[in-house]
Amino acid sequence: MAVPQLAAPRAVKTTHRRSWAGWQFVGPFMIVFTLVFLAPIAYAIYLSLYRNRLIGGNAFVGLDNYRKVIQDPQFWSAFGRVALFLAVQVPIMLFLALLVALAIDSGRLYGAGFFRITIFLPYAVPAVVAALMWGFMYGARFGLIGNLSDFLHVQLPDPLRPGLILASIGNITTWEYVGYNMLIFYSALRVVPKSLYESAEIDGAGQFRIITAIKLPHIRGALVIATIFSVIGTFQLFNEPSILKDLAPNAITTYFTPNFYAYSLTFSGQEFNYSAAVAVVMAVLTMIVAYVVQLRGSRQR
Amino acid sequence: MTTTTRVPLRTEKRARSASEGTRRKRRGSVTLTVLTSLMAIYALVPLAWLVINATKTQDGLFTSFGLWFDDGHFALGTNLRDTFTYDHGIYLRWLGNTLFYVVVGAGGATFLAVLAGYGLAKFDFPGKRAVFGIVIGAVAVPPSALAVPTFLMFSRIGLTNTPWAVIIPSLIVPFGLYLMWTFADEAVPVEMLEAARVDGASEMRTFFRISVPLLAPGIVTVLLFSMVATMNNYLLPLIMLKNPDWYPLTVGLNSWNAQATTAGGQAVFNLVIAGSLIMIVLLLAAFLTLQRYWQSGLAAGSVKE
Repeated sequence: MAVPQLAAPRAVKTTHRRSWAGWQFVGPFMIVFTLVFLAPIAYAIYLSLYRNRLIGGNAFVGLDNYRKVIQDPQFWSAFGRVALFLAVQVPIMLFLALLVALAIDSGRLYGAGFFRITIFLPYAVPAVVAALMWGFMYGARFGLIGNLSDFLHVQLPDPLRPGLILASIGNITTWEYVGYNMLIFYSALRVVPKSLYESAEIDGAGQFRIITAIKLPHIRGALVIATIFSVIGTFQLFNEPSILKDLAPNAITTYFTPNFYAYSLTFSGQEFNYSAAVAVVMAVLTMIVAYVVQLRGSRQR
Repeated sequence: MTTTTRVPLRTEKRARSASEGTRRKRRGSVTLTVLTSLMAIYALVPLAWLVINATKTQDGLFTSFGLWFDDGHFALGTNLRDTFTYDHGIYLRWLGNTLFYVVVGAGGATFLAVLAGYGLAKFDFPGKRAVFGIVIGAVAVPPSALAVPTFLMFSRIGLTNTPWAVIIPSLIVPFGLYLMWTFADEAVPVEMLEAARVDGASEMRTFFRISVPLLAPGIVTVLLFSMVATMNNYLLPLIMLKNPDWYPLTVGLNSWNAQATTAGGQAVFNLVIAGSLIMIVLLLAAFLTLQRYWQSGLAAGSVKE
């Protein structure tokens, strides 16, 4: 018995003997995971296949709820809003984060440590508090915008009006997450072998060339991860519109984002089954987009 | 295996110290510093606004300029006192709830993620591929898409409106598992585990005696990120809890804010602002004191992509 084991120490080292021992470590996580992740998903799918009728109680309706979601203009309006948000806010935020990370990593900043901490600070502010704070500042009555309007003797546009509210929310999320993404990029930049820069400089490459040819390809993994997190974060947008709704009741509808729509359906409309179908569709759409981002990111590597 | 994983770490350190050497030599750029300062100002202005306005009375908020103090009325002390005493000191209760949810929720989440990440990194067991696939697939499911189904499920089994409804869902942080997995893979040499096994130590004993100390920086990072996630939690407690006595600070502060728009409600914006300030100061203090840990941990997480 002992002989073949000794004869193949390499196999023992790289992959430890296949046994059930690993389950005592993974088991507890998987039990709770099943309860709080898999069970709600299964329950949502189950609910989405039924409809609650006044007469006759719950009735199996097959894919009717999904058909309804696909034809629901309110759902697509909500989805269009987060898609627009994804197309505009996420690139701006990631681009700013990348610029700051490159600036700090360049070693040519005075007080780089100060900037790294300062720009990261907003991440430590809970989204709810950030939304409350910006909401106050946006407010016409005692906000900064109102002050500026008085000061300049002009009427500045109200950031909480329907046409601007999405941009105003975009500003809040940018403020919150620029520093977080910057730190992810910066951490990835730190581990790029510095010898590459030196040889590139000897070859006469300028700073811009070094960024495009060495730095960006090396942190592609971090860029993909940050993009995926941003996609997921955008598709589940809820806190900011929910908090700002008290200040801008006319600009923020009950179907402002898909997540907000599912919430309103459940808690104002009592439409549990339809709400579950909306949640399932949204989860599937999120997974598809996240998967496409990951696929594109790794193909270009 | 171990030698190949250790060597890059060492060269990396060498490269880092070498680059710090060249950094000191490189000339600073004023233009770059000014441009980056714009971002720093953007980050700081709202925080400055919060600090300034925490010193104003409810009336002063409406009558004075937003980015400067209200002449003659410095009400920071009153605001802080009122925040803690308003409505029979409910703020303190909310603060306590938040701490409770963070300690139990984030603590539990870290414990589960560390165990599982270590198990995935260091063991080969039947079903490992399935675990991997399920967890990776679940990461892309937005937690808030799960919130409503979770609420419906929990209300069936009578868990809503109890602290457990907030704590149990926050016990799973898939990103923490991922971070711990990559970290454990590098930080714990297989030889040490083999040696412990030869000495007859059980796997659990080996884990707590040998692996946990090696995993410490990763554990602190996962703990910090779970803490932030738990503290930021808003949607989940909002839908799970009806009784204000169980609210965390996020839901509580917004209920004060919303109070002004409800009929007969008293506007207490000064308390919302002061309450937010207290919360942020506590969070920033935690972040800044522990920054050495989370910065190195973040780096460890991004090395292996």
